[in-house]
Amino acid sequence: MIPEVGHALLIAATLSALICFILPLIGWRLNDRRLTQSAPMLSLLQLVFVTTSFALLITSYVTSDFSVLNVWQNSHSDQPLLFKFTSAWGNHEGSMLLWVWILTIFGGGLGLFGRRLPTDLRAVTLSIQSLMVFIFGCFVLMTSNPFTRLFPTPPEGSDLNPILQDIGLAIHPPLLYIGYVGFSMTFTFAAAALLIGRVDQAWARWVRPWTLLAWIFLTLGIAMGSYWAYYELGWGGWWFWDPVENASLLPWLSGTALLHSAIVSEKRGGLRIWTLLLAILTFCLSLLGTFLVRSGIITSVHSFATDPQRGLVILAILAFFIGTSLSLFALRAPRLKAGRLFDPISREGALVFNNIFLCASCATVLFGTLYPVFHEAFTGQKISVGAPFFNRTMVPLFLILVIALPFGPFMNWKRADGRALFQRLAGIAALAAIIAFLVYILTSDRPRLAPLGIGVAAWLILGSIYEPLSRYKVLAAKSGEHLKQLRRITRSHWGMTLGHLGMGITILGIVAVTGWESEKSALMKPTDQIAINDYILRFEGVQNIQGPNFTEDRGIFALLKDEGLVTSFTPSKRFYPARQMPTTEASLHTQGISQLYLSLGEVRDSGEIVVRFYQKPLILLIWFGAIIMALGGCLSLSDRALWARKTNKKRS
Amino acid sequence: MTERPTNIRKKRQNNRLAIIAMLGVALALTVLLVTTALREQIVFFKTPTDIMTEGLAPNERVRIGGLVKEGSVVRNGTQIDFIVTDTGHDLRVRFDGIVPDLFREGQGVVAEGTLTVDNLFFADTVLAKHDENYVPKEVAEALKQQGVWQGGNEDSYESTGE
Repeated sequence: MIPEVGHALLIAATLSALICFILPLIGWRLNDRRLTQSAPMLSLLQLVFVTTSFALLITSYVTSDFSVLNVWQNSHSDQPLLFKFTSAWGNHEGSMLLWVWILTIFGGGLGLFGRRLPTDLRAVTLSIQSLMVFIFGCFVLMTSNPFTRLFPTPPEGSDLNPILQDIGLAIHPPLLYIGYVGFSMTFTFAAAALLIGRVDQAWARWVRPWTLLAWIFLTLGIAMGSYWAYYELGWGGWWFWDPVENASLLPWLSGTALLHSAIVSEKRGGLRIWTLLLAILTFCLSLLGTFLVRSGIITSVHSFATDPQRGLVILAILAFFIGTSLSLFALRAPRLKAGRLFDPISREGALVFNNIFLCASCATVLFGTLYPVFHEAFTGQKISVGAPFFNRTMVPLFLILVIALPFGPFMNWKRADGRALFQRLAGIAALAAIIAFLVYILTSDRPRLAPLGIGVAAWLILGSIYEPLSRYKVLAAKSGEHLKQLRRITRSHWGMTLGHLGMGITILGIVAVTGWESEKSALMKPTDQIAINDYILRFEGVQNIQGPNFTEDRGIFALLKDEGLVTSFTPSKRFYPARQMPTTEASLHTQGISQLYLSLGEVRDSGEIVVRFYQKPLILLIWFGAIIMALGGCLSLSDRALWARKTNKKRS
Repeated sequence: MTERPTNIRKKRQNNRLAIIAMLGVALALTVLLVTTALREQIVFFKTPTDIMTEGLAPNERVRIGGLVKEGSVVRNGTQIDFIVTDTGHDLRVRFDGIVPDLFREGQGVVAEGTLTVDNLFFADTVLAKHDENYVPKEVAEALKQQGVWQGGNEDSYESTGE
């Protein structure tokens, strides 16, 4: 009964989305207030329907109802409760329902909290958002129904792919999806503004918080995905330039550009056409990100839910959204008036620079990801474009961006004094150079480029921190007044500072790991010990463990330094009988912000085992940086909410 | 606000020029980076038949794909030797390190590396997917062309076993 109700609710949601697409649009055209005001109610209705439907799917999973095909395919009754729960979206059908659910959350959220929006803008925005729910609802119902029954009911499920049986599945896909789908709001806002023909500063003010929200989640989603792959795949890499990763990076790059250009549109009324275009493109890239790999056109190591047969439908949906939105853009955008004047050396100019280079990086990643497809189509030759290509292109582009970045926040709107800028930052540049030089001396036997990279990261970190202190004259204040000055810095200013600081910290982590990581593999049998740098690794033995739905050979290792025990490692090999699939569980030891990582290879008949030991200096900074960036986004968002309320009060 | 309209127009033109110049420089730089990286960093996919019949320039990095030949895996310390076959031709491969969990005899595999003089392929990367039924797309297509692939791993086990 439960799956049928879930199915029916999904149909109801899709239908109410269709109604919510049509009625408010007609209402807007005919200027009928009753029709336009039905939009929020209908959006909430969709939210309630899809929420219940998704909850019912999860219920089927948690109760291991194997009469549901989807549950049988991706779940097992011996799974721990958490993994039964998360299995619901660890597959194509369930993840599509999650996608639709988040679409309705954003639509319903706007319906609920968007009361201050102009009525027509809200009605048309919700109408377009509902069109999206309708299309994806139809897609789920017709091609990917998670509620399909199976008869006769099998006694046991065939289990979820073991790689996905991890806490990471509970965190990473929801975060990433909220990020991807969050950009649907900026997209619908842009499309609605184009339709209505009113793209003003007020519009930009509404778009920015939604962009910020989506960006925060996307940043966290990508970072958590990276960390998950790092510890789960067992080879210590945190970024592989794999198509799936690139696909998530594309909307992040263009979304970051959008975040910056929207500031110009909001504060100065400039770059509005460009902001519109970015809002549209970012969501198109999100769609591409979700479906590129699923369509089966490009293969990836991380893809779990591919189905080429559905690929064509997905591509058609993608083409529909890109085609209609861009034609609408081409029709309407030329009517917009140009914004206010600004000097090339100004805050606006700096943000344009930021946008140009972010978009260049975005285009490069897109090109590198799609190039093999086109190359094969035109020449018939199969090629792969891997990490070396992306490193060779993205490192220089980001280097330019990062070196220029600290100048930006120092600049004033309209016109900035270039020479004063250099004078202000000369001290920071000298400090960064000294740090690079010190690192070079202390690690002279190591790669030469790494100290330079540290210098660049230091430049960005110090420059970002220095800017608010200098602008609000915190350092120049009289003694006792420092704190008072510090308090004057607004939350959105801190948001920007943390965003840039986080980027610098991530880069610091990347440079340190790339420059100074080390690894060693060895063949060991119990009681063996090997020396690795200053450590001694001793293999104590193997324990056999019976997990809920797997068996595990757990190696016990002791890591010693100067005769003392540093830590013990318990990496393991698991075997999941339902899927007949082995997995490797690495064992990590965290030392401050660095990590030691031990992973097992095959177990030989002789009882010997291949082990691989990694030292990853400062690696946690990569993800801490991302968290700081997201935190900056949250601060900025909280400030905006406050600001909107205040102005509202003033008005009333 | 006190500036005369012609001045403003001129200024607007200058600003637009500056932005276009910036755009041009960025574009040129990106194209330069991408084209040089493409020339040096793309990796072709080859089958053992391609390599044994056409050869391979020394130090040219390629990806090879095929099935791991039954009974061909020899381990020596952390080093592992195996034969990749598309059933038309065999290619000896050497790899030092941990092979993926799903690396098995009779299964599809992709390896990246260079060829030495005596036709031994030195791989520095061995790829397999996180899925038990997975045969890399490139491998499946290459095998189809050879007429050995029937889809489904049970089939290929039976045809290559015994």
